[in-house]
Amino acid sequence: MINMEINQETIAHLAELSNFSLSEEESRRLETDLAGIIDYISQLDELNTEGVEPTYQVFEMENVWRPDEIEPQEADPDQLLALTKEVQNHQIKVPKVL
Amino acid sequence: MKTASKDLTAVSLVKEALEKAHHYQPDYHVFNWINDAAIQRAEEIDRRIAAGEDVGRLAGVPYAVKDNFLTNEGDTTASARILEGFESPVTATAVKKLEAEGAIMIGRTNLDAFAHGSSTENSYFGPTKNSRDLERVAGGSSGGSAVAVALGIVPFTTGTDTGGSIRQPASFNGVFGFKPTYGAISRYGVVAMTSSLDCVGFFAQDAADIDLLMRICAGQDPYDLTSLPDYYGKEQVFDDPVKKIGAVKDFDSEAIAPEIRAVLKQAIEELRENGHEVIELEMPALKYALAAYYIITPAEIASNLSRHDGIRYGFRSENSTGLTELYRNTRGEGFMPENKRRIMVGNFVLSSGFYDAYYLKAAKARTVLIREFEKAFEKCDFLLMPVSPNPAFKLGEKVNDPVAMYLEDVLSVPLNLAGLPGISVPVGETDAGLPVGLQLAGPRRSDRELLRFAGEMHKNSAAGSTERHVDIMGGKD
Repeated sequence: MINMEINQETIAHLAELSNFSLSEEESRRLETDLAGIIDYISQLDELNTEGVEPTYQVFEMENVWRPDEIEPQEADPDQLLALTKEVQNHQIKVPKVL
Repeated sequence: MKTASKDLTAVSLVKEALEKAHHYQPDYHVFNWINDAAIQRAEEIDRRIAAGEDVGRLAGVPYAVKDNFLTNEGDTTASARILEGFESPVTATAVKKLEAEGAIMIGRTNLDAFAHGSSTENSYFGPTKNSRDLERVAGGSSGGSAVAVALGIVPFTTGTDTGGSIRQPASFNGVFGFKPTYGAISRYGVVAMTSSLDCVGFFAQDAADIDLLMRICAGQDPYDLTSLPDYYGKEQVFDDPVKKIGAVKDFDSEAIAPEIRAVLKQAIEELRENGHEVIELEMPALKYALAAYYIITPAEIASNLSRHDGIRYGFRSENSTGLTELYRNTRGEGFMPENKRRIMVGNFVLSSGFYDAYYLKAAKARTVLIREFEKAFEKCDFLLMPVSPNPAFKLGEKVNDPVAMYLEDVLSVPLNLAGLPGISVPVGETDAGLPVGLQLAGPRRSDRELLRFAGEMHKNSAAGSTERHVDIMGGKD
């Protein structure tokens, strides 16, 4: 397995990929925690998986089709819009993007 | 379980459950929300019974749902701040099926936020306490649902089991906890954690009650494309009442607490006394299941939890300028520390350069494990294992050490990775009086036989015979 050192730089990178802000204290804790977790999961390297196909779904289902028909839904657009904080002209209002 | 009739009103059943719920809530923190309006639904059921209507197989039975089942009553929080104030406009398929049979939801039970944890201490609203010892954990993540049944508040509750979240708290509280075959019950309307492993299941005092719940809830759902065509109750029934049970040799080891090993040993003796055959099996890949699980699960969590952005529903951080800052502050303030660990580990194992070494390797390990179970079930009908290495631990004991907490799942996650049904059977207790359950696992779709055998094993166990004693001496029911 690839040896990966977990440091503050990797924590900052993973926090960016994960889209959350972290306090300094949280970042320090996470450095220790993640190093421990990654050390633990790296023991999988001991298991021989040569020539073995991966499993992503236990029943090996692939495409499950249904007819392309519109069915009445439980929630209507107004109910869904009611869940958000700000609505304008029947649309969700978000902070400035650019 | 008791159902309402002309002689026993739904109102009396629901009233009793609500009184108990409010009575235990301050000490145990079983619920995130108690549904006092359930009385009105009970009145409606009673009116229908009086009118001679058939109101269903769960007429007036009070029950509770784990707070990660979407219902259009009460807020669905998943015990996470980021879902604060989320009033779901939709209801989970499993809940709809229960209510269509006359069951009445009296509350939503506490869990580790987003079902990430093995103790219910990761809840934004605080931990649920163990039903036998207020200083110990309820287990998790479905801790509230297990304690609700153990305290006798309701006869059954729903739970979800991704890596042991039903079986382990069931064991910690001395009740049955059943995780069916993957896909047996629709996941529609259940907050997603690890979609390829998540299962809906139940807690109850009696295996026969779970059989009834399975007959009601199992089946294909157009809204969950991984749900299986209905097989429950249609599968082949084994004629031979004598079973061949496989006990995994590798796990009678130092990693398992002596008191758990003692309960296992006694259960094996009881099975033999009752005419069943117990064989020892070697399953060398089993010990790698936990590492594979803690790669696959964080990977799917990182993906599933990316939907929480503070825009469309739930909590939104105040005072952010710009969209990126809003996302980051909302997610930073809205997730619990364990949610963040898992999302970050997930993004780590999926990132370029590490994908093959971690995620792909874990997916291959999953195949190795599935083959190992298939070989085991060529030699035996069911497997018998501990549910977890320890009985209920003290509050605060493991919550700051993620790897120590993960190790609690070492014996429960293998079943999820292989999609097998499993049940925690209340069979014994430690010298200190803490309940200990043992886990029975069967091949895929053996759910009904597994439940039947679990009921038998319980009846013949120390826990089962104590209950019989209480029945006679205390005149219980």
